Amino acid sequence: MEDLTALSDDALILRLQRGAFSYLIDYSNPQNGLVADTSRDGSPCSIAVAGFALSCYPVGVRNGWISRADAANRTLAALRFFMQSAQSDQPDATGYKGFYYHFLDMQTGRRVWQCELSLVDTALLMAGILTAACYFDGEGPEVEIRALADALYRRVDWRWAQNGTETVSQGWKPECGFLHYGWEGYNEATILYVLGLGSPTFPLTETGYRSWGLTYQWENLTGSDVLYSGPLFTHLFSHAWIDFRGIRDAFMREKRSDYFENTKAAIAVHREYGERNPRGFKGYSRNFWGVTAGDGPSGEDLRLDGRDQRFFGYMSRGVPYGPDDGTIAPWAMLATLPFDSGAALAGARHILERHPQVCVQDRFSSGFNPTLIADGHGWLSEGWYGLDQGLLVMMIENHRTGLIWEAFRRSPYVRAGLKRAGFDGGWLQP
Amino acid sequence: MTEPSAAPKAKPDDETVFLRRVRPERWRNPVPKDVYDFAVLGAGPAGIAAAAAAARLGVRVALIERNRLGGNSLNAGSIPSKSIVKSAGVYAAMHKAEEFGAPMPSEPPLDFAKVMDRMRRLRTRVSEHHSVEKLSALGIDVFFGAAQFENQDTLEFGDTRLRFRKALVATGARPRGPEIPGLAEVGYRTSATIFALEALPERLAVIGGGPLGCEMAQAFCRLGSRVTIIQNDPKFLPREERDAAEILSRSMARDGVEIRLNTTVVGARVANGVRVLQTVNNDVKGEIEADEILLSIGRVPNIEEIGLESAGIVVDAQRGIKVDDFLRTTNPNVYAAGDVCMELKFTNAAQASALIAVRNALSEGQDRQSRLVVPWCTYCDPEIAHVGLHVWEARLRSIPIKSYTVLMHDVDRAITDGSDAGFVKIHVADGTDRILGATIVASRASELINEMSVIMSAGVGMNGLANIVHTYPAESGAIMLAALAYVRNTLV
Repeated sequence: MEDLTALSDDALILRLQRGAFSYLIDYSNPQNGLVADTSRDGSPCSIAVAGFALSCYPVGVRNGWISRADAANRTLAALRFFMQSAQSDQPDATGYKGFYYHFLDMQTGRRVWQCELSLVDTALLMAGILTAACYFDGEGPEVEIRALADALYRRVDWRWAQNGTETVSQGWKPECGFLHYGWEGYNEATILYVLGLGSPTFPLTETGYRSWGLTYQWENLTGSDVLYSGPLFTHLFSHAWIDFRGIRDAFMREKRSDYFENTKAAIAVHREYGERNPRGFKGYSRNFWGVTAGDGPSGEDLRLDGRDQRFFGYMSRGVPYGPDDGTIAPWAMLATLPFDSGAALAGARHILERHPQVCVQDRFSSGFNPTLIADGHGWLSEGWYGLDQGLLVMMIENHRTGLIWEAFRRSPYVRAGLKRAGFDGGWLQP
Repeated sequence: MTEPSAAPKAKPDDETVFLRRVRPERWRNPVPKDVYDFAVLGAGPAGIAAAAAAARLGVRVALIERNRLGGNSLNAGSIPSKSIVKSAGVYAAMHKAEEFGAPMPSEPPLDFAKVMDRMRRLRTRVSEHHSVEKLSALGIDVFFGAAQFENQDTLEFGDTRLRFRKALVATGARPRGPEIPGLAEVGYRTSATIFALEALPERLAVIGGGPLGCEMAQAFCRLGSRVTIIQNDPKFLPREERDAAEILSRSMARDGVEIRLNTTVVGARVANGVRVLQTVNNDVKGEIEADEILLSIGRVPNIEEIGLESAGIVVDAQRGIKVDDFLRTTNPNVYAAGDVCMELKFTNAAQASALIAVRNALSEGQDRQSRLVVPWCTYCDPEIAHVGLHVWEARLRSIPIKSYTVLMHDVDRAITDGSDAGFVKIHVADGTDRILGATIVASRASELINEMSVIMSAGVGMNGLANIVHTYPAESGAIMLAALAYVRNTLV
């Protein structure tokens, strides 16, 4: 196994970015643009991963990994599929009211697993679609990309998703209607609200964003002031598209901070938690952190120092309140590059030096738990997850060039959504 | 040959003593006085506290109870549940002994009958303070009977008429009944009947994830029942903040409680002699078999059959008797206190409100219930306690708020005790040192929260709190650490 840590910082970052990007090519269906949720056999498409892929094709073009024409073709295939696929309340449709089911069959594009019509995953898909619309500003097929993207975004009935209430539900199913789960506390849903508010056709009401904000918790945690959310990914997802530097909504104006600075504070909390390692998990340190949503060693229980330690499967783990079973996401540290490059690189190098098995074919696995020993090594998630790879590609690119942030800023819908959410200042100023 | 000595008189059992204190069989109601200065309807925590306080003022007091003295708290609430929670906690601690270097030689057997005996014994002991003898000794005329208001200034039951100058309604609340098809037919228990169990149920289904439901689910699981708890909402304890509820959820799961969140019970039936609950989680249907079912979905105020209309007392459909901030009903001579009129249906809130009502009714006081600082606690492991404003309440009122959080795993005493799950959060008006509230999740949160109540009531801010020396090591050190974090933070 090649020692990646021998590479310079720039070379290492580029290498890992390309490795992550290649997942989105290797596990896509070029006929319909769908991208597999994981590398495992039979994995369906996750519409969120499809959204990440649409955002990453421009990164591939910029770095010379694919041609602009190839990127445009892949994008068009996806947009045509999403425009033409079945939109109805039938249980095997692809979507409804402009939203899409969370998981789709890679070939037919139909709903699988009786999954939910996912609001936030649709938002991530739409973020990718709008990124494509902003990036592909040329003629020929790129005209159709812009037209399809506009039609797809305008078709989403965000107002319907409020179901007559202030805030949005997490999803809907034809079998039972809207899910009971709402969004409580700060999390990854900012992008959902911004895109919902920016719609010229079926916008969310402005009060919805304010109502969600009422559940925010501004805390002094382990020495940092932070808008709390436990899982690290919640501090990253919306930031993959939106450049929050210097723009503030009412909450952040009150706290004299912004969401970019907040993610930096969250990283500090995660590192401090790794250093304190209150549960005594193996490996944890200031350079071994990244407790977030991801795969985990389900079904295993262990007796550790007289205590029963439970382990969980794929779930959203968080810091400092938990849940935490000693599993970290190896990709997560590097994904924080735009916020704290020193911490990100120190963490990435540390895990690559100590546990090189977490990175196969230049792609980080979804979960790693050195506390639970399997086959002489810490438990390691099998294969790769598309969300991890897509997010990493985007975050590295934003750190290197700001490509995605710059493209997304150009979307009038995004600017409108941010303004309706109460953001001002910074790059939003006229 | 000597005469055989007389057989020793059998000592009455705990239940007999208990009933003698709270509902003596041969009790004769006193002859009513012409007019009572203060008549109290209902002898739960609020009624007893009010009657005793009024008696100490030297006025003529009547206390009327239709069931047992002590109300829900003594008979079927705080006292019996905490007794069982303690037994379960001890049993759970025995299973954790290995962590402390004292592995158990064998599986300790549990004697459920003794657990319940202990509960009854402790309830009897506590009942002494609520006994009819004690109350009578204070000069209170205690009446047992189903009294109703006859008019604006008279209560009647049977042939008895009690005229009053001022009155207090403190009839409490009762467990909300089922709206689940079939549940009444298959049979279920509530807080009013769960403590009469004689055998540990092999399988217990708890419907409702509020405080009592969570406490009993965890306790019975620890005692050895296979427990499933079903909660309609996506989280337990809807009143509490998400992180606290999730810590509790994980704690219960670690104990072995089967957790069904976001799940609705839509029906109940008996199949092959076993109770079966039919559930729906989003669109997924399920069934839960149980030997016993505990229904714990909230409490409804006891406002029926007491003639409130005759006294001109208006009722709010949601909260019970409608009162103003001074706890006065729409009849200016009648007050209400406790569960029958308050949103916070806790023993301490009931007692505190009763004392306000007495002062306002008899001493021309102008005390407001809105100024009460009422802490509360759910007695699971870890305990979850709160006082003052929640963060969302402050934000709803446009009050900038910031929470200073200390994790219990950073508190030395919690570490040495092996009880380091949870946190202390002190909610402060951002930019000031004014404490707005606190949320505590800790093994002794029920005690720690009282420090916060005192601090808040005394108007001490975070700067003052930081200067209060605490014992070391102590769980309350977390409170001081939070205050010190505030001081450090404001120096930046």
